[in-house]
Amino acid sequence: MSTVEPTRGLELTGSPGERAVDLGWTSWLHDWTTTVDHKKIGILYVLMSIVFLVIGGIEALVMRWQLFYPRNDVIGHDAFNQLFTMHGTTMVFFVGMPILIGMGNYLVPLMIGARDMAFPRLNAFGFWVTLFGGLMTYLSLITGGAPALGWFAYAPLTAHTFSPSAATDFWALGLIVSGIGTISAAVNFLATIFGMRAPGMTLRKLPFFVWTMIWTSFQMLLAIPPLTAALVMILFDRQLGAHFFDVPNGGSAYLWQHLFWFFGHPEVYILILPVFGFVSEVIPVFSRKVLFGYEFMAAATMAIAFISLGVWAHHMFCVGMGRTLDLFFAVATFLVSIPTGIKFFNWLATMYGGRIRFASPMLFAFGFLSMFLIGGLTGIMLGAAPFDFQLSDSYFVVGHFHWVLIGGTLFGTFSGIYYWYPKMTGRMLSERLAKWHFWLLYIGFILTFGPMHVSGMLGMPRRIYTYDAGHGWELWNQLSTIGALVQVPSYAIFVYNLIVSLRKGKPAGDDPWDAWTLEWMTSSPPPPYNFEEIPTVHSRRPLWDLKHPEDPDWQYE
Amino acid sequence: MDTVGPRMLSAVGGLLAQSLSIFDPASPSAHSIVNLAILTLAVTGLIFLIVEGVLLYSVWRFRYVPKDQAPGDEPMGEPPQVYGSMPIEVAWTAAPTMIVFFLVLVTTRTLWEVEPDLPKPAAGDNALFVTVIGHQWWWEYVYKTYDGRKLGFITANELHIPASDNYTLRPAYLSLKSADVCHSYWVPRLGGKVDLIPGHTNLIVLETKEAGLHLGQCAEFCGAQHANMLIRVIAHPPEEFERWLASESQPAKEDPAARDGKAAFLAESCINCHAVRGTAAGGTYAPDLTHLMSRETLGSGMIKNTPENLHQWVHDPQSVKPGCLMPAFGLDDHQLDLIVDYLQTLH
Amino acid sequence: MNQASATNLPVPPAIAPEHTLSAPEWGMVSFLVSEVAFFGTLIVTYVAFMGRDVVGPTPAQALSLPLVLVSTLCLLSSSVVIHAAERALDRDEPRLFCFFLAATIALGIVFLVLTGVEWHDLIVNHELTIGRNLFGTTYYTLVGFHGLHVTVGVIVMLIVLGLAINRQVTAAHRTGVTLVAWYWHFVDAVWIVVFLVVYIASRSSGA
Ligand code: HEA
Ligand code: HEA
Ligand code: HEC
Ligand code: CUA
Ligand SMILES: [Cu+2]
Repeated sequence: MSTVEPTRGLELTGSPGERAVDLGWTSWLHDWTTTVDHKKIGILYVLMSIVFLVIGGIEALVMRWQLFYPRNDVIGHDAFNQLFTMHGTTMVFFVGMPILIGMGNYLVPLMIGARDMAFPRLNAFGFWVTLFGGLMTYLSLITGGAPALGWFAYAPLTAHTFSPSAATDFWALGLIVSGIGTISAAVNFLATIFGMRAPGMTLRKLPFFVWTMIWTSFQMLLAIPPLTAALVMILFDRQLGAHFFDVPNGGSAYLWQHLFWFFGHPEVYILILPVFGFVSEVIPVFSRKVLFGYEFMAAATMAIAFISLGVWAHHMFCVGMGRTLDLFFAVATFLVSIPTGIKFFNWLATMYGGRIRFASPMLFAFGFLSMFLIGGLTGIMLGAAPFDFQLSDSYFVVGHFHWVLIGGTLFGTFSGIYYWYPKMTGRMLSERLAKWHFWLLYIGFILTFGPMHVSGMLGMPRRIYTYDAGHGWELWNQLSTIGALVQVPSYAIFVYNLIVSLRKGKPAGDDPWDAWTLEWMTSSPPPPYNFEEIPTVHSRRPLWDLKHPEDPDWQYE
Repeated sequence: MDTVGPRMLSAVGGLLAQSLSIFDPASPSAHSIVNLAILTLAVTGLIFLIVEGVLLYSVWRFRYVPKDQAPGDEPMGEPPQVYGSMPIEVAWTAAPTMIVFFLVLVTTRTLWEVEPDLPKPAAGDNALFVTVIGHQWWWEYVYKTYDGRKLGFITANELHIPASDNYTLRPAYLSLKSADVCHSYWVPRLGGKVDLIPGHTNLIVLETKEAGLHLGQCAEFCGAQHANMLIRVIAHPPEEFERWLASESQPAKEDPAARDGKAAFLAESCINCHAVRGTAAGGTYAPDLTHLMSRETLGSGMIKNTPENLHQWVHDPQSVKPGCLMPAFGLDDHQLDLIVDYLQTLH
Repeated sequence: MNQASATNLPVPPAIAPEHTLSAPEWGMVSFLVSEVAFFGTLIVTYVAFMGRDVVGPTPAQALSLPLVLVSTLCLLSSSVVIHAAERALDRDEPRLFCFFLAATIALGIVFLVLTGVEWHDLIVNHELTIGRNLFGTTYYTLVGFHGLHVTVGVIVMLIVLGLAINRQVTAAHRTGVTLVAWYWHFVDAVWIVVFLVVYIASRSSGA
């Protein structure tokens, strides 16, 4: 079904996107490598993430191949342990975060009617530093192999005694470096959002995605530095003979776990809040209804950001904290489900009574809603401390977090990419390929990670490179592997779609989805300066006001 | 997921030769966790059905079909815009809050059921006290006291405990320590896991009426052979357990037939790492071999303890458990046979 | 946007100007928040390890107040001086501004030198290195990272001073100077905490 509705004949401000005069690929390359334009930087972030996604995905495929049979030996223990370490590190630090920061980079200035981010050069710095951090982490391969620690690298396994290879140092350095990039991005977002909003766009009139970026940045500011500090401690221990995690000399193995998870838990909400933002933009537009209960959604986002700072030890239920602390963190963990529920219900209420167009962005938003719910609920099971005594470090956990990271983060991000690609390129993505991408991913994803919950409950621990037959794990592992294979073409199709639509896609026009936020006011792609004339804003849906002068939103806010 | 899930799983688990299913509990704490699990699964399952149901209903009921609209006529106006509703918001904030409250209650109850305190050993307590030391990638078991009696012998990789019966409980209190990195002690059918953290001592209690073998494995990534750091817990009826204690606390038997083998063994570097009580071998770095032959497996549960496997292991452990901390010594066949013969006398 | 202002259409309320910090100021505030998290971690770690050493020297044995009191005084006063510099800029008195800025820098440098002297004493006379014991580990990490921040501050202020001397800093660059000042005040505040934790709490906590 065609999804491009003719935009009403309004003269929207903004100017036709100027086609860059072609001076050969060198100047093109020079242009992209030296750019400080938030749009180009945003796109660079996204492209980098997709490359790393493919790398991390291929790493996962090899793991799945190894686990297809019990006592299989496609790869040895060493390769396997390196693979899940790099897979986890890659997916969290070089896929999840950069793809969201990239989208934010592209969208935030456009959505608040600004001409660029507050600090364009810092912005470019942030990207290159992040990329460099990623390369640095992979540079560990020149030491003869990646680190084999697991992505949360529990001390004292990181000590020189147990991991003599310099790979560990590369890994730590890589994360420190990319962490600096993340911090600069967060600083830039907050400065831009608080300091550069279009006239009339008060904080209470922010597009919802921008609101979630505030709280994402807030969490980055508080969560990344502790990780940086902890990584510095690792390096000091390894290089200068310090004793932070050196137990025989009084150091503590707990310290690392607490510092890491104080980062690690907010991190997972850093990976989901912007996605909440994407779907909060997509669902209303494709249901043709205003976002239901904006204030409550906003408050819920804030609540999640704050509660998430107090639940980290639910990753440590098995370390022997004692009943009281276990209970405290279990309660805190349960509490998160309340604001998250509020969001969920408001999305449903937004769709309810609307006119839902199942274009690709909405399709993926639906994928997000239907899957993230499950991931969240398995999270609640893990939050029930005694239940977690059994589930922790089992494949059930692996099932849970892929469900939220893919069913949540990735589906939501794809929704956002299908939604804004026309704005970024001036072309529509192929809806047909989009459907293939969606269904292959949806089925493959369920088939891959559903069985993991079962093998986990059947007692299969994570991070094992092989297992014995006879525990009833074979079937479930084989299903997982097959599911992973089903996913492969979906990602391939997605990448293919991104590439060909650049040339062959239907021209998009300024406002292909008949949407309501400022970015759709300017041309697609927007000119370097975004808006010829900075618009003034009276409501959360400035374009609605334009399109319905007889019944504008500001009457109801 | 609904409550049928777990039952089905436990059914599967029950049929398996070697079940590690958490829904196939063989101990009180494993039981109370299953109860909590079923409650949680029920609650979340219900939420899932309702919310997913509403979602599917809305997308079906309110989907937009282009042919609702004859070609050429005015694009139909937007549906009525609803900005929100205080009462509704309050309602769906309250509902989850109540559910959370319920979950907190059941969680608390189970927590207090399954997290034990360490009692003082006393005569007549029928309790076994063992210190478990995790090593990369094997388990050291230091038997302290049973029923108030001092034991004080060391063994490795296979934990033997007394089984309870309807009249007496015979809990095994394991003090968990680590010699190197973090490990985690997990025997799913006997309850939840507890980590072994260097510099700290944790507690786990194993108590079961089910005599026989219970499998588990290290559940915290601890390096190269984490995958093969398997746990074997064998529960014996009391008198059988007493017999095992009796033989295990003896020093190694002298077997004249294997005198040369013993000499060869003691001449090798083996003794720097391994201990054989009653001989000069006093190493503490590696598994105690005093009663090696009383074990069903080698390499912490990895392979059956058969003469061939033993031979292969001593010949080249790396070929069996790559990366393990016992090197190959390139012994010539003669020495090898002598040593293996000797080891096989260690009943 | 005012197609709406045709007769029978509702007219949007006038837009009230919004008073908020400038973007650069917001940027600095955010950055300092992350710095709080960073130093917070180091300080918590220091406290967590207080008195857990397996070998000496302990803070009580190694640390001596007199020297650090002087350096603390320097840093605290420098905060006041840089404020004076700002004032000078407001009253646009470039020479005075340069003078006060130079004074701030001088105080910062004195602080660093004194820290150097102290470390030399600790290493030579108390054999306290980062690898000696937990105290050494946490002490050098915490104080070291603070010193690093002071150094950065000094360098930045030197740049500003250079510009100012060439008459390139005017009231137009006010925010830039403000941000530097904020950063400096922050470094100062962190030191107060470090001083209380390291030189008062852990010294007196017998350990
Ligand atoms: C996108 C990332 C993301 C998100 C959003 C979440 C969300 C949640 N996670 Fe998850 N989690 C991870 C990523 C994420 N997690 C990762 C990566 C790990 C593993 C790290 C590692 O070990 O490698 C992990 C591990 C993890 C653990 C540790 C398991 C272990 O190692 O032992 C726990 C335990 O409590 C947990 C809980 C939760 C909870 C309660 C939520 C909640 O936020 C979910 C809230 C949502 C809902 C509940 C659904 C919607 C709500 C309603 C419909 C309202 C009604 C519902 C109720 C009243 C219950 N997670
Ligand atoms: C966003 C985060 C994210 C994503 C998307 C994924 C995606 C996948 N993950 Fe990952 N995973 C993690 C985050 C993620 N994972 C984390 C944090 C861990 C913990 C690590 C640790 O324990 O330390 C983990 C661990 C983990 C494990 C557990 C390892 C262990 O404990 O032993 C497994 C096992 O199956 C697994 C599998 C997969 C699979 C099959 C996918 C699939 O979805 C991958 C699908 C993608 C592809 C298959 C690539 C497709 C593209 C191509 C093949 C090329 C196509 C051609 C062109 C583009 C031209 N993951
Ligand atoms: C460098 C120390 C070291 C030396 C020397 C050494 N071993 Fe080992 N040995 C180990 C370690 C470590 C293990 C446990 C390996 C594992 O399961 O991960 C082990 C395991 C074993 C086992 C299996 C025990 C069990 O219960 O699984 C046997 C048998 C054994 N060694 C015999 C020998 C013999 C015979 C020699 C001398 C030829 C020897 N070892 C020399 C370190 C050593
Ligand atoms: Cu020991 Cu994993
Ligand atoms: Cu968490």
